[in-house]
Amino acid sequence: MELFDIVFYFFAIVTVGSASVVVFSRNIMYAAFSLLFTFFGAAGIYVLLHADFLAVTQVLIYVGGILILILFGVMLTNRVVNVDIKTGTLQTVPAAVLVAVIAGSLSGVFYSTWGTGDTPSSDALTTTPAIGEMLMTAYLLPFEIASVVLLVALVGAAMIARRKG
Amino acid sequence: MDSFFKELFGWLPHVQLAHFLIVSALLFSLGIYGIVTRKNAILVLMGVELVLNSANINFVAFSRYGGLNLDGQVAAVFVIILAAAEAAIALAIVLNIYHRFQTVNVDEISSLKE
Repeated sequence: MELFDIVFYFFAIVTVGSASVVVFSRNIMYAAFSLLFTFFGAAGIYVLLHADFLAVTQVLIYVGGILILILFGVMLTNRVVNVDIKTGTLQTVPAAVLVAVIAGSLSGVFYSTWGTGDTPSSDALTTTPAIGEMLMTAYLLPFEIASVVLLVALVGAAMIARRKG
Repeated sequence: MDSFFKELFGWLPHVQLAHFLIVSALLFSLGIYGIVTRKNAILVLMGVELVLNSANINFVAFSRYGGLNLDGQVAAVFVIILAAAEAAIALAIVLNIYHRFQTVNVDEISSLKE
């Protein structure tokens, strides 16, 4: 039992626990704020997997961007001052059965296939220069397409959200 | 102190690739559950974000353990980019729906046109 294992179990519990709060909480604000901890837990797991650039990106974009957007969405579409911020659920029992089957079969397959004796590949001290180089060489076309997609998404979102008339 | 931790957590198995994958599988299942059961469109979006995060954890775990080098991490970067674009568009649509129908419950919005 090393420190690595303890830290992994800590982040795993934080991630899965706060994700279940996101899914099961009746209050939208609680769900939105526990999504914060899910994203931070995932960032911690990235750090454990030696993906430092991705962990920072996760915190910057998910926590700093997407979560703020979602909070804006919650506050603009629910009357926060008028109490009514609870939300209902549909078809919980069949969904729970389906999801239990998915989780069980996925975990079973993962554990039986990769459960024993995998050694990590060699440690890179930092991944940022390599990722930057790959984005500029092997992944140049997807990179450019992603930039166009982001531009179109921004313009489209501004167009759609603007009130007409 | 070290022996104390060994005593306390010694029964837990040593972390392998499968542990990361199982975390991601649980996150995926929770996300699917949220997408399927929630009425509020924004909570459905949160479920989608959970699913995307679980896919990212899979990418990064295989990039570390599977000899995939950094290709998996680059794929995860693109997933994050697309998640940001998706969240912006989806929330714009949700705001528009709210202005038109005064609700964001997906079971009550059943018409494309008024």
